[in-house]
Amino acid sequence: MILVIAEHHGGQVHRASWEAIAAAQALGAPVTVALPGHDAAAIAASLAEAQVAQVLAVEHAALADYTADGYVAALAEIITGLSPSLVLAAHTYQARDFMPRLATRLSRGLVSDCVAITADGDGYRFTRPVFQARLQADVTATGAAPHFATLQAGAVRADTLQKGSAPTTTQAVTVDATGVRQKPDAPFKEAKQAVDLTAAERIVSVGRGIKGPEHLDLVKQLAEALGAEIAASRPICDNGWLPMDRQIGSSGQTVAPKLYLALGISGAIQHVVGMKGARTIVAINKDPEAPIFEIADYGIAGDLFEIVPALIAELKR
Amino acid sequence: MKIVVCIKQVVTRDWQVRPDEARTWIRDGDAEFEMNEPDAYALEAALRLREAQGGEVIAVSAGPARVAQVLREALARGADRALHVEGDGLARADALVVADALAAAIGPESPDLVLTGLQSDDMGFGQTGVILAERLGVPHATIIMDVQVEGGALRVKRELEGGWFQWLQMPLPALLTIQSGINQLRYATLKGIMAAKKKEIRAVAAPAAQPGQQVVDLRAPEKQKQTRMIDGAPADAARELVRALREDARVVAS
Repeated sequence: MILVIAEHHGGQVHRASWEAIAAAQALGAPVTVALPGHDAAAIAASLAEAQVAQVLAVEHAALADYTADGYVAALAEIITGLSPSLVLAAHTYQARDFMPRLATRLSRGLVSDCVAITADGDGYRFTRPVFQARLQADVTATGAAPHFATLQAGAVRADTLQKGSAPTTTQAVTVDATGVRQKPDAPFKEAKQAVDLTAAERIVSVGRGIKGPEHLDLVKQLAEALGAEIAASRPICDNGWLPMDRQIGSSGQTVAPKLYLALGISGAIQHVVGMKGARTIVAINKDPEAPIFEIADYGIAGDLFEIVPALIAELKR
Repeated sequence: MKIVVCIKQVVTRDWQVRPDEARTWIRDGDAEFEMNEPDAYALEAALRLREAQGGEVIAVSAGPARVAQVLREALARGADRALHVEGDGLARADALVVADALAAAIGPESPDLVLTGLQSDDMGFGQTGVILAERLGVPHATIIMDVQVEGGALRVKRELEGGWFQWLQMPLPALLTIQSGINQLRYATLKGIMAAKKKEIRAVAAPAAQPGQQVVDLRAPEKQKQTRMIDGAPADAARELVRALREDARVVAS
């Protein structure tokens, strides 16, 4: 049996949790979905539209707000009771916060950020990007089941989910509330995003290869010639060269424009998850082995400081 | 306040990584190494906390003899002393083994706060800090943007997804993984480099530890798309790209 731990915010199941359920279904074993929370049976019921053996609303007052301590205690009890072969969650910020600790509590390793999982004898073979996605590793978990893994967002399409109807059960757990050491305030959003890049038809995006803020004018000229919005990978925004609301990737905006032109962007996963849905991807990078070329439709391996002026001139001809 | 910062040494970003003969690790015999960039932000956060609160910053790294380079660099940037958990296999060990190695060095120090970067640029487990917190028996929080210490307790700002954030309170001692880019990194001054030569790097023996996972095959990623590489001089490549975007992909107006 495979146990999928689902995530929810504001009464909604996280989009990536559906992908994790679809990945578990594809492995062939019966699937149980656990949703930790307090009075969350209605959200758990919404998961029951998946073709799974059962949905468990893991219930305790201390699970009303997410905390690492609360989730680890509650889920360790559930896993010990169910003895699954695999415990799977989407590789979200929340899973990154509690899954390593949960696996360690149960004396297991966690295979994080997988892009593929296949059954392999009694166990599983996990595929995950390493070295900034320049290489890919097949990994096996050591020791006896349960094994633990998290699945990268977008690695499995949510529309491959097999629909059906599943029984939903509420299962109370014992959590010592005094053992929950994190005391969270309510989540909040900072100043409204000034730029909505999701509406842009064309985006010119810039990364470390631009070397310094003094070269951004060149990028702006190209964006203008293409009728494109300008965007960036995280390091550019971290350095303050472009405002944070221009950032594409897991901590920024997720876009799917007609054209995404990546300048001097290596293609680390954190960036790629925010733009791989673009219809046409162009990559210009001096490193011919940069992983951005793996997902590009058109690539030019060369010096962007020579190619971009030539592109601007060509577009203006 | 006694603050420990965990620092990993990784191959430089520009190093062309290639699988070794066994396809379980990279050919790193003549590689160049540097401080894992996310850990540099954790070090900077630790130095700033010490400047505000007083106390001591201890840099810790687990790995072969060469990791002394990143410890020396941390000392040059301002860390007070360093611990080196020695073990040739630690450079390629999984997060459980590394966390156990770090715990062996950090536990006896009884620090108030342990900081790590949020993930490493090589294996990218994103777990070592969280496992270490479990091993040390202290609470943790991840992807932290801001750290405030108020009367023996922590108030930290955690980054959530999609532009959301959250403040949380935690008692000390605790462990935090620091988001990259939250502060401007300082670089070592000549004075700092000279001072670092007199600072202590103490060796700690690595404990026996069980890995939770192992790499069975390492390779270049499969192409997800048929990429058309456009060669030629910049002007020729630019002309062909613009033509293709206009006429083949039809994503740019003529």
